[in-house]
Amino acid sequence: MKRREFLRNSAFTTAGSLLIPQFLKAYERQHLGQQSLNEKSVVIIQLSGGNDGLNTVVPFRNDIYYRERPSIAIKQENVLRLNDEIGFNPALEKIKELYDNGLVSVINNVGYPNPDRSHFRSMDIWQTGSGSDQYLSTGWIGRYLDAQCKGQSCLPHQALEIDDTLSLALKGQQVNGLSLQNPEKLYGQTKSAVVKNIGSIPTADDHDNVAYLYKTLAGTVSSAEYVYSKAKVSKSRVMYPTTELGKSLKTIAELITSGVSTSVYYVSLSGFDTHIRQNDQQDRLLRQYAEAVNVFVNDLTANSRLDDVMIITFSEFGRRVKQNASNGTDHGTANNVFLIGGPKRTRPILNEAPDLTDLDTGDLKYKLDFRQVYATLLDDWLKTDSKLVLDGKFEPLRLF
Amino acid sequence: MVGLFFCRCVKPYSNNPTLTFKHHIINHMDSTQHQRTIQHLFWRAGFGASPVEVQEALSKSRRQLVKNLFHDSRQFDSFDLVKTVPYMSLKKVIKSAATDREEMKEQLKDFAQERRETIGNLNDAWVARMGQGQGVLREKMTLFWHNHFACRSKLATFIQQQNNTLRTHALAKFGDLLMAISKDAAMLQFLNNQQNRKKSPNENFAREVMELFTLGRGNYTETDIKEAARAFTGWGFNLQGEFVFHQLFHDDGTKTLFEKSGNFQGEDVIDILLSNPQTARFISTKLYRNFVNERINEEHVANMAKRFFRSDYDIADLMEYVFTSDWFYDSVNIGAQIKSPVELLAGMQRTLHMDFTDKTPVLYTQKALGQMLFNPPNVAGWPGGKSWIDSSSLLTRMQLPKVLFRNETLNVSVKDSGDANEETVKRKNKFEVTMNWDHFAQAFDKVPEENLGKIVASYLLQVPINSLLLKTIENQVTFNDRTERIKQLTVALMGLPEYQVC
Repeated sequence: MKRREFLRNSAFTTAGSLLIPQFLKAYERQHLGQQSLNEKSVVIIQLSGGNDGLNTVVPFRNDIYYRERPSIAIKQENVLRLNDEIGFNPALEKIKELYDNGLVSVINNVGYPNPDRSHFRSMDIWQTGSGSDQYLSTGWIGRYLDAQCKGQSCLPHQALEIDDTLSLALKGQQVNGLSLQNPEKLYGQTKSAVVKNIGSIPTADDHDNVAYLYKTLAGTVSSAEYVYSKAKVSKSRVMYPTTELGKSLKTIAELITSGVSTSVYYVSLSGFDTHIRQNDQQDRLLRQYAEAVNVFVNDLTANSRLDDVMIITFSEFGRRVKQNASNGTDHGTANNVFLIGGPKRTRPILNEAPDLTDLDTGDLKYKLDFRQVYATLLDDWLKTDSKLVLDGKFEPLRLF
Repeated sequence: MVGLFFCRCVKPYSNNPTLTFKHHIINHMDSTQHQRTIQHLFWRAGFGASPVEVQEALSKSRRQLVKNLFHDSRQFDSFDLVKTVPYMSLKKVIKSAATDREEMKEQLKDFAQERRETIGNLNDAWVARMGQGQGVLREKMTLFWHNHFACRSKLATFIQQQNNTLRTHALAKFGDLLMAISKDAAMLQFLNNQQNRKKSPNENFAREVMELFTLGRGNYTETDIKEAARAFTGWGFNLQGEFVFHQLFHDDGTKTLFEKSGNFQGEDVIDILLSNPQTARFISTKLYRNFVNERINEEHVANMAKRFFRSDYDIADLMEYVFTSDWFYDSVNIGAQIKSPVELLAGMQRTLHMDFTDKTPVLYTQKALGQMLFNPPNVAGWPGGKSWIDSSSLLTRMQLPKVLFRNETLNVSVKDSGDANEETVKRKNKFEVTMNWDHFAQAFDKVPEENLGKIVASYLLQVPINSLLLKTIENQVTFNDRTERIKQLTVALMGLPEYQVC
């Protein structure tokens, strides 16, 4: 999306315009009935806990894989084959369906130098887009908002997390994303007596931080109203799974179909920290993931919106090649990333399967920096300049 | 010191023309402003104060109040909540497990549960000290150092030990604090120095000591880090959390860093870092950002750094200098900070003399607002300032007072950390507080009815409130009972964006 276009869509507010109702009406006038089919958006699905990549995309011809995982390896005959080497975990049947339709890219061996095996730290690294020796206090989506909104102030719903609290990934220096469990709940909160009464009263103080608080509040109130009013426009007619992820993706689909001017959606699914009895747990979670994403993709297809939506799925790290003594796996390093949606693929698999003969103290070596995946989405999908968001130049993958 | 004397002659408003103007047209601002400067000291050197405490302080000199704060922090107790050594009991469990696997699983589960509760108890105890206990200045400093030497550990004993170390040295010599933390089990573990051996050096600890603890980025080279890491080889700890020097893993060769060469030990590296005035500048800057203003005044910080370095890093001396400097009370510094979630919670307690009967919601609120004690996001600590605030955290903060006094639960679900072993603070108990509103209302006995809103606001807010907004709030408060009116006013004012700053 071009910067100017983004700004138009973000309903920028100026410091003085805290009188929200008028402001929103102007916004509505500008946008009601406007078709925004050229807009691209990204949906990020975070698998929290460190999803075991080797049992997700299985190297089913690899003897080392079966030798190192005697009790938890996915049996060759159950693997959903993608080529002669790798195949999906059978729990990903619904993702395989999308794959067969040319809608899925599997990117193997994604990671970063000097990998950190702590959940917090590695998630920090993925969310901020930092190196492992860098500590950033803003997220990559937040900095994307900063870059788009430079010189103007955008409304927070430009990046939306489906949750009650906001992840670091969506926090910028100047602009933060918005988190909401669902549009109704947030709208209800901003309608509460306290918030309603003060939202339109300018502060008596000239302190920078008080102004910032009021600006945040005003942005929240207008975004909440806007998203709520938009969400009512298009209710999904498709049956989504009743899981948390299913509900969240349904909300996202309704917002996308309604033409909400959001460029990035963020949602997470947790429970992937499978130190003990991995297979039952991972199977259940992957199935949840696959079923929800499948319905989501079909819903968007039916509404002719899939061409504009790219879904990226990642986890903070993969797991060790060798299983542990509790039929589980411990924290590892490089992992696979899925890109689902958008135009049909000519190259559905990027990077070869992990090389199990060349390990770094029992862990996979990464072949592709995760920031290259981010750069791909920023440069080639959202049409912005990834250098403004990422620290340095990362070569995009030229996927689309 | 000449400059300092000169500063005293300058009116606090002088560098802000707008405020000077307000000052001239509204006379009663004088007393309100004086009250704010007193509250400013209480907020920055502690966690605020009750209206009665503020009233008692109004007639005292700043110097006297600062002296009292230091005096009040002289005596302190270390935490002694965690008695058993978890590693040892874990070993016992594993030993007994040889016989029965199922039993071991049960015991491990209990063990994990116990550990979580102990860390939770430490959190409760610390919040209680900040919100109610003696020695607020020491607790405030301990919180600052907890963020400076940010660290996580899964062992409650290690956490307790580190917290006690921070508290012990909180107002002493920074050099001693740095040395103690560098030999602290939790920190050595967190920064992987247990793996730092002659044959395979791990640079993590050496890097953070320079980047985050002393010099700051850009004031050292990669070679300095490599060489320092060699000096720290062999620094480790045992299961009791005691520092252990493993001679066998130590690199005894000559190291060269910061243009000095020698067979340096870890202690020597720390001395070299302290001998660099940049350390004094770096720490002074951070203290200024935390205790005075996020926006740096170069001159003030330079004076702090000079004094800190000359006093051989005497923290108490430096903080006394800050709190007694006229510039500390400049209007540009008052109400300029966004309260951290812990400051918000402890501050409400201090102002209201309120006690959380059930501590669970306190932990939950920390998590929901993004600051769990003992769980900093990474070794760089909480970034603070504006980063505390986004749409959701602001709404939660604004709803907190109402939820709290209605004994409700926060309507917020917290995130899963992803770690299967992590403390789950998912228990969403209702808030339970004890608080004597009659007692609180007594502070306003002499206030005429028409001024009540304005006066209550002056004790709760460190920034002026729009008169239209105050009117709106006053109009909502319709109770006949005066105490109830004061309660409603207080709850409404504490729910304002203005209450989020101090």
